[in-house]
Amino acid sequence: MKIAVCIRRTPDTTAKITIAAGGKGIDESQVKFVPNPYDEYAVEAALTLAAENPGSETVVIALGPDSVQETMRTALAMGIDRALHLQGSPSNDGLANARVLADHLRSGGYDLILCGKLAVDDYGQQTGPMIAELLGIPCATAITSLKIENGTATVEREIEGGTESATCALPALFTTDKGLNNPRLPGVKGILAAKKKPFEVIPVEVGAAQATVVSLALPPERPAGRIIGEGAAAVPALIDALKNEAKVL
Amino acid sequence: MATIVAVLEQRDGALRKGAIELLAAARQLADQCGATVDALVCAAGDVAGIDTLGAAGADRVLVAKHADFATYCPDGIVATVASLPAPRAVLVAATATGKDLAPRIAARVGGPCGMDVTAVSIEGDAVRVTRPVYAGKAIQTVDLSGVAVVAVRPSAYQAVSAGKAGAVESVAVPEFTRRLTVTGVSRPEQEAIDIAEARVVIAGGRGLGDPKHFALLEQLGAAFGGEAAVGASRAVVDAGWIGHGAQVGQTGKTVAPELYFAIGISGAIQHLAGMRTARTIVAINRDKDAPIFKVADYGIVGDLFEIVPALTEAIRQARS
Repeated sequence: MKIAVCIRRTPDTTAKITIAAGGKGIDESQVKFVPNPYDEYAVEAALTLAAENPGSETVVIALGPDSVQETMRTALAMGIDRALHLQGSPSNDGLANARVLADHLRSGGYDLILCGKLAVDDYGQQTGPMIAELLGIPCATAITSLKIENGTATVEREIEGGTESATCALPALFTTDKGLNNPRLPGVKGILAAKKKPFEVIPVEVGAAQATVVSLALPPERPAGRIIGEGAAAVPALIDALKNEAKVL
Repeated sequence: MATIVAVLEQRDGALRKGAIELLAAARQLADQCGATVDALVCAAGDVAGIDTLGAAGADRVLVAKHADFATYCPDGIVATVASLPAPRAVLVAATATGKDLAPRIAARVGGPCGMDVTAVSIEGDAVRVTRPVYAGKAIQTVDLSGVAVVAVRPSAYQAVSAGKAGAVESVAVPEFTRRLTVTGVSRPEQEAIDIAEARVVIAGGRGLGDPKHFALLEQLGAAFGGEAAVGASRAVVDAGWIGHGAQVGQTGKTVAPELYFAIGISGAIQHLAGMRTARTIVAINRDKDAPIFKVADYGIVGDLFEIVPALTEAIRQARS
């Protein structure tokens, strides 16, 4: 099986966000970047499937500036076979990015394309399914279970009030959610091996955007609350506040 | 005349929660630019409540019937939306299903897609959307040109009363290839409300000490009748104390209930991001310096094992 995994780098989720001058993006100078957490489930799923299907090949693909290469090396260190860096500036328009990725995935002969269900920075949640639509292949988003047998995939995804099951033929694209697996940590051996793995860089042009960021701002602060009291003795005062002040009971 | 298409979600012949709020968003947008609202319902058979959609804001209700719509069929819905005369904007609810659908519609019609939108308006030639990013740590405003496809958070809009009938028309489903087949939806034996939809969320963290103590939160939830769901911090989800569907925060769900209880949760930055838009926040923690108290409207400092049972009893009495 030939498997592509599309990844991104994102600020660490523990990072405090400050707005950069210009008011359209974040101040990146104080932020530690990590592989997007949801993409790690995609990498792990690819590695698991490759181990189950001898002769498989796994490729990590990322669109971005050179800084994304560090993130791609993490995927190689986890066990991905080779890297394809589409070197360019990603757009705020997910469709413009999806078109670039789809153009390079189309000719790759992939049986399976995996992406994280979202990136924890812009929460776009669209590049994966857009790629699938552009390629004309089946797609399921935010999967928590994946089984492949005789060229047919069976997936599960959580929806409000239940779990949805679906099947499709390969090639297909899935986006991965927490719960699918437990991503491995790269070991020293993997990190050393990653340095010798094929790493292809292709400069790309991302097309015109139909989405323009007007502003990025911090949310309004919540008005200061108050400590009602200590221990169970404070419960009646809390009930009173919920009933008569907040009016939520 | 320009149209705003609202794609309404149905399951088993019943409109999903949020359909009326989505129509309210569509109505407001249409009124801003002199457009009409088409509510599109894709179903295999009859859908209850179709006749109420006019009053909720639809000028026309377009019903697309196809046997494949017995379960969620993204390929068919995308094809149907794409067959309509190009609308100014397509709105879907930002549910698991809506978020699966919106990017595909956008890719098919060649338009930009805005996800998890909390406000949508017309700004010149563009459709302007406001949306939380970094799990709510920041708010982004984006202008979308072309056919904008927008997944709107239902909780962001209140139902409107347009006070008219709304003509029901059937539309043809174009030929499409069903690439993905949804084979079914399994529901848990005791159907719990999702934390993303519940009016009250009761979330627990490490302070519970042991997974079995989630029972205390279940009991508090039960005191709210069927309105509450139990959530959790990332720490206890990662520790395997409770399923990942319960996780509130940046790598879990973003929730905006009317009432949020943070019990034994210190309030890590990524957790706060996921619940800071709750209307009222109550924190119970033994550490008076815990960051959760900075965002809570009401706090009680002390032993949760003493406070929660007392609170449960008091809520029961207050509601009886």
